[in-house]
Amino acid sequence: MGMYNDKVVEHFMHPHNVGEIDGASGVGVYGSPVCGDMMQMSIKVNDEGVITDAKFKTYGCGSAIASSSIATDMIIGKTCEEALKITNEDVIKELGGLPSVKIHCSILSEQSIKAAIYDYAQKNGLEFEGLKDFDPNADEDEAESCEVPEA
Amino acid sequence: MSEKRNVYLDYSATTPTKPEVVETMIPYFTEKFGNPSAIYTIGANAKDAIDDARAKIAELINADPREIIFTSGGTESDNWAIIGTARKLQKKGKHIITTKIEHHAVLHSCAELEKEGFDVTYLNVDHDGIVDLDELKAAIRPDTILITVMMVNNEMGAVQPIAEIGKIAKEHNIVFHSDTVQALGNVPIDVKELGVDMISMSSHKIYGPKGIGAIYIRRGYNLPEYIYGGAQENKKRAGTENVPGIVGFGKAAELARINFDAHVKHVSELRDHFVKRVLAEIPHTYYNGSREHRHPGNANITFEYVEGESILLYLDAKGISTSSGSACSSKSLQPSHVLTAMGIPVVLIHGSIRFTFGDPTTMEDVDYAVDSLKEIIARLREITSMNVDLS
Ligand SMILES: Cc1ncc(COP(=O)(O)O)c(C=O)c1O
Repeated sequence: MGMYNDKVVEHFMHPHNVGEIDGASGVGVYGSPVCGDMMQMSIKVNDEGVITDAKFKTYGCGSAIASSSIATDMIIGKTCEEALKITNEDVIKELGGLPSVKIHCSILSEQSIKAAIYDYAQKNGLEFEGLKDFDPNADEDEAESCEVPEA
Repeated sequence: MSEKRNVYLDYSATTPTKPEVVETMIPYFTEKFGNPSAIYTIGANAKDAIDDARAKIAELINADPREIIFTSGGTESDNWAIIGTARKLQKKGKHIITTKIEHHAVLHSCAELEKEGFDVTYLNVDHDGIVDLDELKAAIRPDTILITVMMVNNEMGAVQPIAEIGKIAKEHNIVFHSDTVQALGNVPIDVKELGVDMISMSSHKIYGPKGIGAIYIRRGYNLPEYIYGGAQENKKRAGTENVPGIVGFGKAAELARINFDAHVKHVSELRDHFVKRVLAEIPHTYYNGSREHRHPGNANITFEYVEGESILLYLDAKGISTSSGSACSSKSLQPSHVLTAMGIPVVLIHGSIRFTFGDPTTMEDVDYAVDSLKEIIARLREITSMNVDLS
């Protein structure tokens, strides 16, 4: 399908783990509808700090949906610390590549993972090394920057 | 849901060349290949074929054949009309009036002139996508040298009051150009009634070949040459003529004239059926643009809570080809300048899709597209992170 490889197509046509988790341990949202994409990630974390389930809901283009889908696959079974190490490049690699104009969509999933774990950490009074540079309001600055389209 | 089928719904992007058109073109690639500038018979025959095509295009718009000059398409005609006029009249003034909803062929020509010190006023449009004549009148200055307003918008199909603008331009002695690329064959064009000095036309939007178009230049208006070289096209546009393209464009123009009423009836029936079903059967959808003053085969629809590209990809998987002005991330791509000018919120622009219907489209195609859309929009609304209340 045009500029996307088969794996990306498979993930946006048949995304994995769509939805919300009842009684989630943490829920994070990143992005803004004004910018054209917004992702919500919910996670279930067990007593050992392992992510046992993850679900997403995404408003956005094909690659935003595909990046969200694969990100849920990537974090299930990982500890929070391990999941926090996932970068947008890891997401792109796992998808087998994204067109350069769509790199932004993989950042969305990296940030949503962090936002969900941040929420989990806040609720449980935990601190994670991987969250020390995380700014939960970063997407709001971004929304401002894309609110005014060029003439 | 019926079986998967291929349904093309992007006739405003381009059209398939009609088989009758292709047939008339073929001899001009092979046995009738002569250079129209040559004096021997096969050259003269090619010249006759060009003149025949010129007459057919003139007839479609009620012009004199001498007022038609062939170009490489709508883009070249727009560039030539605007930049050519600006440079010719710059001693008289450096102000140009256009609109916020023009095709990039016009907008980028104007932007180029701004770099050269011209001042451009971009008129607003109302929520229906139509310019306000009072705003136009108020924008006119002593140094205004050109008004350029498209006749039919390519994204949402609004038809502008070109004849009224023509009168205003004439009263103020200002040159008037209109991009009629989307209008040709879809709304009646009579250059005398419209009061235009120049219009731009393109063949591939009316079931002719790509890479060929024309500009109408009213007799008495002297647009300086833009492409320098040989003496072709009455010394107005140099370069050996694209004879097969011209012949094909001529045939397409002839068919557009003969089939005009049937074409308009056919595509408007399909469009109206499509719009009626979509608005009734898919909640939270909006029809963008004027209902009254509109291209007969254009529907522009917003699907709230979902993003346009994902709709296009899901439609493509169903065999349906169409397009949007929307983009995944405005970090790299801007939302449609046309829908923005109409005051549509950015979030809704992201979910807006253009469907354009053509002669080969059938009612079954339209029903298949609506059925597919119902399924796709429902699925994407399950995935979306925007809170959807479909009650
Ligand atoms: C309104 C309008 N103007 C100009 C053009 C450019 O025409 P062409 O493709 O022949 O250069 C188009 C086609 O996309 C159009 O829709």
